[in-house]
Amino acid sequence: MLEIDSLTKTYARRAAVDRVSFSVARGEVLGFLGPNGAGKSTTMRMIAGVILPDAGDARIDGHSITAARAAAQARLGYLPEGAPLYEDMTPPEFLAFLASARDMPGPGRRRAIDRAIADTRISGVTAKPIGALSKGYRRRVGLAGALLHDPPVLVLDEPTDGLDPNQKRAVRALIARLAPERAILISTHTLEEVPAMCHRALVVDHGRIVADGAPEDLAGEDTLEEAFRKLTRQEDDAQAEAV
Amino acid sequence: MRAVPDCFRGLKAAYRREMTAYFGAPVAYVFMTVFLVALGLFTWEGARFFDTGAASLGPFFVWHPWLYMIFMPALAMRLWADERSAGTDELLLSLPVGLPGLVAGKWLAAWTVAGAALAFTLPMWASVNYLGNPDNAAIALTYFMSLLMAGAYLAIGAAASALTSRQVTAFVIAVVVAFVFTAAGWPLVLSGISGIAGSAVAETVARFSFLTHFEAAQRGVLEWRAIFFFASVIVFFAGLNTLWAARRRAP
Repeated sequence: MLEIDSLTKTYARRAAVDRVSFSVARGEVLGFLGPNGAGKSTTMRMIAGVILPDAGDARIDGHSITAARAAAQARLGYLPEGAPLYEDMTPPEFLAFLASARDMPGPGRRRAIDRAIADTRISGVTAKPIGALSKGYRRRVGLAGALLHDPPVLVLDEPTDGLDPNQKRAVRALIARLAPERAILISTHTLEEVPAMCHRALVVDHGRIVADGAPEDLAGEDTLEEAFRKLTRQEDDAQAEAV
Repeated sequence: MRAVPDCFRGLKAAYRREMTAYFGAPVAYVFMTVFLVALGLFTWEGARFFDTGAASLGPFFVWHPWLYMIFMPALAMRLWADERSAGTDELLLSLPVGLPGLVAGKWLAAWTVAGAALAFTLPMWASVNYLGNPDNAAIALTYFMSLLMAGAYLAIGAAASALTSRQVTAFVIAVVVAFVFTAAGWPLVLSGISGIAGSAVAETVARFSFLTHFEAAQRGVLEWRAIFFFASVIVFFAGLNTLWAARRRAP
């Protein structure tokens, strides 16, 4: 469903993303882990067609993001980091804007907006401008936007960041409900929610994949957090020794 | 085959989004009020509308380029700078629509607000008809050219807005560029240029002036050249706008 092939992006001669390859199958939720600046968001932006890769490609449901960008983007639901939204619009206005940009026809459009509002549990705030909503609601409006066109592939950049435990649980439940029919890529900082949410996890560091496996296999004898620290600190330690 | 509907879809979505932004908040109403008050003040106090004793809108139209030079950049400054500062440009670039459609839709929404502001001055036209017998064909033509010229100023403002994430910076850049295009036809500037560099150079500079192209219409002369000129300015700056908005995506 989602195939990433040697994606590479270099900024100022430093590889932000270095030949990253992986794939996500239908029904799979892949956790994308790594320290800040590891290249998670850059990878996700390339998959979403927001920035062009220097090399490599991403195929969404068979459509190349470099060769057939519009077709690929039409099959992708993307939640950017921090869930940027138009604050002066109400959630239904915002969703109607996305629906018209995605060319969803009249009756289907109304149904899709209602379904996205129901799925993300935001029906209580539809009259308020997005700027007046709490962080949890704003994140859910962003998610509603990503789900609106019922895409087969979802790329969600930190969907639970900044949410309280109840809101996190609600988002995790939503993702679990969506998972069987879709391929989902999720980046997160919160390691404890990885086993609960993801079937598989990738750890990236300095733009490269350093581990790939089921969350329990990655952790092995350690906790996931210890494993994460060992995996992502190796290079820093090596650099420190070199100095 | 696909390119045209893609573009039109982006145009429609961006137009609706910007109309919500202009009319959902007081932006458009404040803009129109201040613009109309300023235009009124200049027409009556600056050009002595009633003292001319002629049934003509000349003292009214003469201020349009100078007011547009300030007001159109103010109307357009948020179009792209706001997307950048709020991070919503990332959302736009992830949609399956082309940038040219988004550029056109945003510009068209700003042009609609400018057109609405201009429409509120139509009672002036009615009053000169009540007071005398003006050349209505010339007035209609001048209104049309004024609207087209407003579109050209807006295209400059929108392009400048795509250069930066700060609205104030976009405004200042746009006013400077708009001033160059306006003042290029100002007699004071033109006589200075012709004194220094000769009249041939002055004529060339005047060819790019908004003032020169707008004046022909005020005399009741339909100049296709002037229409073509303003349309070209709009297309040129819309092109720059598209290029500058695409910088985020480019490698």
